[in-house]
Amino acid sequence: MKTSDLIALLSQDAPLSARYGRNLRLATLAGVAIALALLLFEIGTRADLAEAMGTVRFLAKLVLAASLGLAALGLAFRIGRPGAKTRGWALALLFAPALLAAGVAIELMTVPADEWMTKLVGRNWAYCLTFIPLLALGPLACLLAAMRGGAPGNPALAGAAAGLAASGIAAVLYATHCTDDSPLFVATWYTIATLVMTAAGALAGSRLLRW
Amino acid sequence: MPDASRQREEQWAQWLRLGLDGDQAAYERFLAAIAPYLRAMARRRARESGLPAGDAEDIVQETLIAIHLKRGTWDPQRPLGPWIATIVRNKMIDALRRRGRRVTVPIEDVIETLEAPAAAETLGERDLERLLAGLKQQQVAVVRSISLGGMSVRETALKLSMTETAVRVTLHRALKKLAALYRADTVRETGREGRASDEVEAKE
Repeated sequence: MKTSDLIALLSQDAPLSARYGRNLRLATLAGVAIALALLLFEIGTRADLAEAMGTVRFLAKLVLAASLGLAALGLAFRIGRPGAKTRGWALALLFAPALLAAGVAIELMTVPADEWMTKLVGRNWAYCLTFIPLLALGPLACLLAAMRGGAPGNPALAGAAAGLAASGIAAVLYATHCTDDSPLFVATWYTIATLVMTAAGALAGSRLLRW
Repeated sequence: MPDASRQREEQWAQWLRLGLDGDQAAYERFLAAIAPYLRAMARRRARESGLPAGDAEDIVQETLIAIHLKRGTWDPQRPLGPWIATIVRNKMIDALRRRGRRVTVPIEDVIETLEAPAAAETLGERDLERLLAGLKQQQVAVVRSISLGGMSVRETALKLSMTETAVRVTLHRALKKLAALYRADTVRETGREGRASDEVEAKE
């Protein structure tokens, strides 16, 4: 086929069904809705949610998860657009670990050493390791589906960004269930769950996001 | 960037914007306008990598299909140059790697070539014809009717007794399938499998 014939062929397919940005926004909404439904109908929120809202430790947990989720979403929205700058969002990703490190430092200074392990192990670490990945699955699938329309230079990295964003969403929701508010607990179990889902995203991305 | 190339880029962007809004003629002008620049770049890369000149046209076609399928990722508020240069660079790297060439394509190089004089088409393309064999019968019928027969979607629909919508859907699926076939394509000369993943550099 001559290139001029190919161009004639491509131009017959000119109408664009949906813009990429719109698909990403819809996918995010759908993913959050799925995870929220799972939380409300299957997992439930903690009984003392209203009281917890007044404590710094609980709020810090929410801010931490939300800042991670937002920065990763910002990155995931950009990374599939050729030539778009991603550095700003990549740097914003550092906020959550910095906040977490500060929280851990304060906890270590204020809590006696013999209580560290109790705080770290918490009450339901196994739930945490189960439910965060479970809550993240819906958002991850939705994001990856939308990102298949993108053109990332590095598909594995793009998938990792989606996994991180999905983990952030899941962590915000799971935080309303989980009664372990110690930064030691969050730094251990939330981090493991997030890393698992980020790796899953990278693996899926390297297969699904090639173009 | 020199004035002339900025004007040219703005013209391309204008055509693509209209194309995204459904203006087929403007979209065709956009594709026809960028093709010579893609060709100039592909030829230079082919020459540097010691590939036959015929391969360059194959790379141009693969890149055009990629630009077409990913056009929705361009934000019309943003400049077109960086978007196009990044896609072209990634596709050039893919295409050369698949041919067993170790490559780096600096982005400045791509932008430079996009500003250089255009090159006219020559024959020698083989990949696309070969890959058409991987499509379904009806997809091939639609593709042939439009490309070789020079027919519109409407005329193709009449000829093949399909609805226009069905022709459009078939065409779009065929193009996506072609892009997948390019990705999975095994290189003729070396027998090297598919595109090396981004982490693994293809060796000579």
